[in-house]
Amino acid sequence: MHELSIAVAVVEQVEEAVRDQGRAVESLTLRIGELAGVVPEALDFSFGLAAEGTALAGARLLIETVEARGRCEGCGREAPTGMPPVLWCAGCGAPLTLLGGRELEIVRVTLADGRPEVRDEEASHVPHR
Amino acid sequence: MCRTVDLHQAVLAKNDENALALRGYLGDRGTVAVNLLSSPGSGKTALLEQLLTRAVAGGTPAAAVTADLATENDATRLARSGAPVRQILTDGLCHLEAGMLRRKLEGWLPEGTRLLFVENVGNLVCPASYDLGETLRVALASVTEGEDKPVKYPTAFGLAQLVVITKTDIADAVGFDREAFLRGVRQVNPGVPVLETSARTGVGVDALLAHVLRCAAGEETHVPVLAREHERYLRSHENGHEHGHEHPPADGHEHGDGHTHGDEHRPAGGHDHTGRHEHVDGREHVHASTRPGVRGQTR
Repeated sequence: MHELSIAVAVVEQVEEAVRDQGRAVESLTLRIGELAGVVPEALDFSFGLAAEGTALAGARLLIETVEARGRCEGCGREAPTGMPPVLWCAGCGAPLTLLGGRELEIVRVTLADGRPEVRDEEASHVPHR
Repeated sequence: MCRTVDLHQAVLAKNDENALALRGYLGDRGTVAVNLLSSPGSGKTALLEQLLTRAVAGGTPAAAVTADLATENDATRLARSGAPVRQILTDGLCHLEAGMLRRKLEGWLPEGTRLLFVENVGNLVCPASYDLGETLRVALASVTEGEDKPVKYPTAFGLAQLVVITKTDIADAVGFDREAFLRGVRQVNPGVPVLETSARTGVGVDALLAHVLRCAAGEETHVPVLAREHERYLRSHENGHEHGHEHPPADGHEHGDGHTHGDEHRPAGGHDHTGRHEHVDGREHVHASTRPGVRGQTR
């Protein structure tokens, strides 16, 4: 369940990035590749715990999942790798170059308008998604 | 009205920074770290005991750090080898992170240590995501665990630079399907070397130590398909680029000296040691000597 460690890392980084904004975080968007070794549902659950008592409390977590794709350097064939991934070319047998699928990135944060303290009160009544 | 801030930060950027710093710290001391990943009960500790004992007997200064949620049992066991050993208690955490290892090593790692074995928490899921500043990442699986471990845990086996099969002395008794296992390894990690060992009989242990020493010397390395992007990021910083909290975009940060990875193929089975050593498809096996300015850092 390393998703909790990952959620804590997300919360810390976002808090650091928006500290001088003086606003609560309304939502944040993560991009997660299907080969990143992270389970979105577990991360979502962990995020609710990690965000408690921070500027991210009550924030909505939006997850963009990225399909893993590979390209064969031998024959140029480009296709999804599938899951579990097949990382050699079904056509010619050469190893693939991964074009995407291992992303684990905080893409953007949306800050709430107005005073953060109002937002915090609301947050205690609003589920995190 | 809402305000949107674009961040584009890698979630594991802090760990990667620690890993990078640790890699530098170890490199300055001439120490090569070997990260051992496997499920609980696969025989990591027994194999490591053998490796340490042989390293010590052969005059290679080796040390080990072993991580568990609780107990110092493994450290006690490994210390019988005569090598310096430290236990990390993770207090429930399911994996090691680079910062934890760094804190444990600083002020302890004996001067002149050539090989540092890091026995990760027994778990094939969580440890796979964390670079520990290692030069060699080894994924182990015992013959009792089932042939489909590599495809069930594609990140752990897909990021390994070496796959080790353990407990081969009982392979026949448990009906281990070796070919199916190798197919699975090839699917998620084309070209990765595979070694077969038994800590009980000692088969393959010398070959494993020899392989580790070749990797430590920069004579042998394998860059998994899954690791190439990460490797480019880490290397770009070794070449003196500024390092911030962000990973570069996947396509935007080329390696300074223009070399590519995985561009040299070699035939399978080219080594003349005992114990089985296969490159699963004979491809993607790159010798570090073709990679200027790089000394064995392969993740």
